[in-house]
Amino acid sequence: MLTSEMIETVDTIINEHDNNQSSIISILQGIQREYRYLPEEALNYVSDRMDISSSKIYGIATFYENFSLEPKGKHIIKICDGTACHIRKSQPILDALRKELSLSEDRITTDDLLITVEMVSCLGACSLAPVVNVDGVVYAKMTPSKTQALVRKIKEGQLSEDN
Amino acid sequence: MGTMIIDNKKVEFSNEKNVLEVIRKTGIDLPTFCYYSELSIYGACRMCIVEDKWGNIFTSCSQLPKDGMSISTQTPKLRRYRKNILELLLSSHDRDCTSCNITGRCDLQKLARRFGIEEIRFGELDKKLPIDDSSHSIVRNPNKCIYCGDCVRVCEEVQGVGALSFTHRGSDLRISPAFNKGIGEVNCVDCGQCRTSCPTGAITVKDDREDFWEVIWDKNKRVVAQIAPAVRVALGERFGMEAGEVTIGKIVASLKKVGVNEVYDTAFAADMTVMEESEEFVQRLTSEENLPLFTSCCPGWVKFAENRYPELENNISSCKSPQQMFGAVVKEYYKEKDKEDGKETVMVSVMPCTAKKAEAAREEFEVDGVRDVDIVITTNELARIIKEMGIVFDELEDESLDMPFGLASGAGIIFGATGGVTEAVVTRLLKDKPDHTEKQVIFKNVRGMDNIKESIFTVDGREVKVAIVHGLKNADDLIKMIKSGERYYDFIEVMACPGGCVSGGGQPSPVDTELRKERAKGLYKIDRTSFIKSSDKNPIVSKIFEDMLKDKKHLIHVHKK
Amino acid sequence: MKITNTQELYNNHNLFKETKEKETKKIIVCAGTGCVAGGALDIYDEFERLLGEKNLDGKVDLVKEVEDISLKKSGCPGLCEAGPLVRIEPGDILYTMVKVEDCKDIIDETFGHDKPLERLLFNVDGEVYVSKHSIPFYINQSRIVLEDCGEIDPESIEEYIANGGYLALARVLDKMSPKDVCNEIVESKLRGRGGGGFSAGTKWSQVLSYESDMKYIICNGDEGDPGAFMDMCIMEGIPHSILEGMIIAAYATKAKEGYIYVRAEYPLAVKRLTKAIQQARQYGLLGKNILGTDLSFDIHINQGAGAFVCGEGSALIASIEGERGMPRVKAKRTVEEGLWKKPTVLNNVETFANVRYIIMNGAEWYRSHGTENSPGTKAFSVTGNVNNTGVVEVPMGTTLREMIFDTCGGIMDGKNFKAVQIGGPSGGCLTEEHLDMPLDFDSLTEVGAMIGSGGMVVMDQDTCIVEVARFFMNFTQNESCGKCVPCREGTKRMLEIMEKIVAGKANMRDLDLLEELAYTVTETSLCGLGKTAANPVLSTMKYFKNEYIEHIVDKKCHSKVCEALKTIIIIPELCKGCSKCARICPADAILGKVRETYTIDQDKCIKCGACIESCAFHAIEEV
Repeated sequence: MLTSEMIETVDTIINEHDNNQSSIISILQGIQREYRYLPEEALNYVSDRMDISSSKIYGIATFYENFSLEPKGKHIIKICDGTACHIRKSQPILDALRKELSLSEDRITTDDLLITVEMVSCLGACSLAPVVNVDGVVYAKMTPSKTQALVRKIKEGQLSEDN
Repeated sequence: MGTMIIDNKKVEFSNEKNVLEVIRKTGIDLPTFCYYSELSIYGACRMCIVEDKWGNIFTSCSQLPKDGMSISTQTPKLRRYRKNILELLLSSHDRDCTSCNITGRCDLQKLARRFGIEEIRFGELDKKLPIDDSSHSIVRNPNKCIYCGDCVRVCEEVQGVGALSFTHRGSDLRISPAFNKGIGEVNCVDCGQCRTSCPTGAITVKDDREDFWEVIWDKNKRVVAQIAPAVRVALGERFGMEAGEVTIGKIVASLKKVGVNEVYDTAFAADMTVMEESEEFVQRLTSEENLPLFTSCCPGWVKFAENRYPELENNISSCKSPQQMFGAVVKEYYKEKDKEDGKETVMVSVMPCTAKKAEAAREEFEVDGVRDVDIVITTNELARIIKEMGIVFDELEDESLDMPFGLASGAGIIFGATGGVTEAVVTRLLKDKPDHTEKQVIFKNVRGMDNIKESIFTVDGREVKVAIVHGLKNADDLIKMIKSGERYYDFIEVMACPGGCVSGGGQPSPVDTELRKERAKGLYKIDRTSFIKSSDKNPIVSKIFEDMLKDKKHLIHVHKK
Repeated sequence: MKITNTQELYNNHNLFKETKEKETKKIIVCAGTGCVAGGALDIYDEFERLLGEKNLDGKVDLVKEVEDISLKKSGCPGLCEAGPLVRIEPGDILYTMVKVEDCKDIIDETFGHDKPLERLLFNVDGEVYVSKHSIPFYINQSRIVLEDCGEIDPESIEEYIANGGYLALARVLDKMSPKDVCNEIVESKLRGRGGGGFSAGTKWSQVLSYESDMKYIICNGDEGDPGAFMDMCIMEGIPHSILEGMIIAAYATKAKEGYIYVRAEYPLAVKRLTKAIQQARQYGLLGKNILGTDLSFDIHINQGAGAFVCGEGSALIASIEGERGMPRVKAKRTVEEGLWKKPTVLNNVETFANVRYIIMNGAEWYRSHGTENSPGTKAFSVTGNVNNTGVVEVPMGTTLREMIFDTCGGIMDGKNFKAVQIGGPSGGCLTEEHLDMPLDFDSLTEVGAMIGSGGMVVMDQDTCIVEVARFFMNFTQNESCGKCVPCREGTKRMLEIMEKIVAGKANMRDLDLLEELAYTVTETSLCGLGKTAANPVLSTMKYFKNEYIEHIVDKKCHSKVCEALKTIIIIPELCKGCSKCARICPADAILGKVRETYTIDQDKCIKCGACIESCAFHAIEEV
């Protein structure tokens, strides 16, 4: 539901940019930062305010990998699958994490909305492969067990949000 | 200007917008799925590839003709690649061709046969996507989509609606409304232009033929049909006739053979609309209220205005569209007789339009629980009914429309072309009725295919500014200009489809400007030869207004719920 | 702070230079993405704390000179493998793999006792290198564009100006007409570093030649090739050099607005560039009337949202315009109708970073580097199975052998070289036979590879080339925008066949079909991504056809990489029944009871190898 808080938040984001289509990606990024995903009602509101059809906004939101139309977890674990990480075995890390959190390719966020696990393209830290990025912090030369340990830390609340 | 060499022959070119157009001029039908001269160039299907003398391959749709350019349209490489592209498209396409709604008319199927694709070396799609039948007008089957994007561009560029968009990417690419909702749940205006541009069966008209057959065989039903003007100048195309050829006599004959009891002319109701809308217009001119007056005949436009410009509600004529007026009047007309005969009258309209299906289903269009219109079938559905019956259409003897509602003025007939409504309303308001030659002069600016047409008439000494738009993007542009104060008008005719109803979403397709003109010509020809020139000279219309509608005007006005 | 004429800029330059020269004692902590991931920021904080303690109460027993030690962050000096890196002046000492605990020793020993800490120095086979510039990794490079990268603080415009930054701009404004600038770049034969290798000067001249009320300069920082990160280094390490190149381009082409499109995965680059733009505005180097001249130009940053295809010019423009990043077919080129249909210069990060050196030293000087048709240097990021992974800058025409064996220290663990994948998913494979081939635009194209953006993944004898081709196919297929048929459907079907091959389920007919598809996709796709998508397959098929056949006919992967073609077993005699492998197995494929011999259910096993690593008794192996 479109709440007045949401209107206010989205208005603030739109007002930070020019009210034309070239700003739409930045605006969506702003909304995603705020809510950790793109709520449908927020996008419909953007569509009304900016006079861009909601199908177009939906098309843009589904094109770019960084946007999510589903709520994401409080902590986001990104496993790099660039060439270097792939060669140095990033896949077993993903498998182990998914097992640990009972997730799968189609189900990337835990039910309690604590953790989202996703495979991402090259993070540019190839020399330290394989790398894992948790809430923006890169962890180098990871293994399945080191990553599992990291998850346990998150679960125990030892990894603060702004880490 | 210049000369290029195509397949070793010199070809002159002038202002063609791409090499593809030059190639077509030489009599080579280069295949494409995504090139429409009226839409932006998209370049995605890669079928129109050509090869230059250095062996470079490029699409001819995206290349400007250049003097001295030399290309081939057929080489071993091009042939192999086109076949591979077709095979790839077919491999991801629903392979159930025999039961497809448009089998035989599908461009993918035609090209596959042309290129002799007899084997697909790839596996079938593993999962089927759900079919979207949420709309009254169209059905979307994403399993048949080849992602040429024609529908997306028509909806955005021509109609300014943007109900459809590309979503996701790569092999997950889809075309869908926002948030993957049903097309009937979003801002779609039901115009069906996406359908007319779709090369496959991915977007088809909602098929209401079964409902039609059901009432035909029901002895307790009195089936009354109304035929919209534009149907008669396009249906023939499905039977090998020229565009614009008037086939109303054969339509009546076939509907009679099928078992329809009475066959009437929607143009009759158009005459009623002209009378009522003119009166409304004169009133508004006098009171200077709610001007400009927008026409209400086109349900695509009405829905577009509701979605985008709800504030214009009072500017849109409160008259029902001809289809709905007709339904209400016919139901009233047969009310007593139905009781006597123990029958129920069913109103079937044959329309060039997919939005008419949605209009007929709107909740406000009923009087005392009786629906104005029960079943709407499009020109294409009628063609299929005729074919199913085995009727040899082109050999049929013409039959006349039934009376009393088969009588219409020429003014009512031209409703089917852009500018027609305006011409009819102005003709009605002019005291001295112009003859055919005079009309051509007076209405010069009203006829034709320009995006936005303007004219000024003097009615009762007052200057009346008139605008005519067709294609909703044009309407949107015009409204923006009015809102900014850049333009002022008293009367505005809006038709959702480019060219008006002659190229409606239910008509044979594909359509281009030439075809639209041919169909419109057919309508003006009827007007020229019809003995009633102006709606107010239609004696039956006058009688209906004097008798039936005397204190039942509500029958022909919209009362929103 | 605003500089209002070029003379003032020269004055500032002299002033900053003097100040900088006075700083003799420096601790420079690398704050590039790689080292930050290794904990460089904690190290910086620790240094700050230690130096602060000294300043605050003077209780720490440090020698007197310590007080004028300055602490700085720098961009990436390239030797990422050995990070986190800390450099010490005087002495050009490079400490590698530094930990927080080392900080105190570094201060005490290096400054206190004037003695380098040997345990942190770079060493190869027992040979220890004290000075950064004596390390073979650096000796064999010729760093022009990257000269300042890793040397200066990327967040300080003053340091950049001190090192001669923005003086090229001043020179252009003082002494050259737009036409002169274009000519200089044309004569330098600078070719676009983003992959295509098109002449940058020609682009500029064409944009200058079109009359238009608006023109744009776009910097392509959407470095999406997996394994390529040299543009990231430049954006993070020397952001001002990109701005300077763009401002000069704006002057040369009469453009008014610029955009830098940075991929979403580079947040640090965005931060540094944003800061650089703010500083440049404050100094009057961006905005209205730059350095008091008629030149007005400003730069915006557009952050990508995760789409590799946006590295393609027309898709990138679509993305800046706020559309889906789908490439467009155009009758007219970007130089005439680019962003918002206006004339547009679109160059990549490294190209712009080259500009200031060409202006300062002249086209002739530039052409003296590299080869005749590919002058200048090129930055490469070298990753994979080499000893020194990281970013290197070498003259065009350097051979692969020099790069891999001399600069990057050869193959890891003494294994044999097998191949190098150059140019990312758009490039191709080079093998032993190409080791002595000079690397430049044209020679690479000749052998079916391309320089691409400059990503290089080195593979040793144990790499399965078929699986690598599958990996790249999977990448392009995932990143295809889906617009044109050959790329959308063709790459999907190619990937299907590649998956069949690595799973041992393909036949020779599939191999023919794969090749046929590869040519269709290459020749008929709409954009560069599609046109090059099949390169990894085509080039590996060319050089390693026997490996494909081995997978298809013999159902074997001799590198033991392809999981479906290998079997993991537990050797009963060695198994102690500790159950560790069973607990770690992600597929629950290991069965047994504690203290008894465990077995692997081959139907369930996903062959990830996690059990092999976990077994302390070496009882699990691949056969």
